[in-house]
Amino acid sequence: MDTFTAIAEPTRRTILERLAVHGNMSATDIYRGFTSSPPAISQHLKVLREAKLVRVEKRKQQRIYYINPEPMKELEKWVHQFAANLENQYQRLDQILAFEKQRLLNAKEKE
Amino acid sequence: MGKTIVTAEPGKQELFITREFDAPRELLFKAHIDPNIYIQWVGPYGMTMTIEKWEPYEGGSYKFTHERDGHKYAFVGVYHEILLNERIIGTFEFDGLPERGHVIMGKTTFEDLPNGRSRLVHQSVFFSVADRDGMVQSGMERGVSDGYEKLDGILAATSHGTAA
Repeated sequence: MDTFTAIAEPTRRTILERLAVHGNMSATDIYRGFTSSPPAISQHLKVLREAKLVRVEKRKQQRIYYINPEPMKELEKWVHQFAANLENQYQRLDQILAFEKQRLLNAKEKE
Repeated sequence: MGKTIVTAEPGKQELFITREFDAPRELLFKAHIDPNIYIQWVGPYGMTMTIEKWEPYEGGSYKFTHERDGHKYAFVGVYHEILLNERIIGTFEFDGLPERGHVIMGKTTFEDLPNGRSRLVHQSVFFSVADRDGMVQSGMERGVSDGYEKLDGILAATSHGTAA
């Protein structure tokens, strides 16, 4: 599953948001925050692990989850290029607006 | 010179575009409604734009195409609301997808700024996160392949700026 499909699911989004706030959380703490069953949440954690959006460390009997922001940077890259393309288009509009402004001024002077 | 800001949060079905212009909002609005002006600035460099339908009033629709090397890309939509100099709300859809139904709802707001300037704020809402990311990604790919045309455009804009 790709990053964006993984992020799109509301429960997984909530898990990521909580991990972002707390820095790290044990699996038990994550389960506690939801009314869904631990196996259901565990399934979501598996998806997040496979999408590399979280990483897990075993500490004693606990599994501690950390957020991994790297895959989300891909979207950032796309957005950056998308903005650059729009900027090209808007720079063309800048020229046209300057021209139209001048045209209006000239028309006023003739009055 | 203004700078385009695009905001697209991961996992959300919307994106925002903000850009300031050195012109009053009445002109900025006109550039979105007057087909003779619109045709001059919308779309990627090196593509021929044709407006096939242009009905800028509530309930009216539009269709335009970008063409290069015999490939035509059509975009269609319906105007939901046009509030003079202030706001345009309507749909936007790429007509070349294998299936229909990937419609985008857009709202463009034109704000007055001091010293004869104005700000454009655009919000697009998509049916799914995949639709939104697909749109952003296709924009990126186009940008990479259009590298040299971008350069041409920047050079043209620079020489134009010097002459003016």
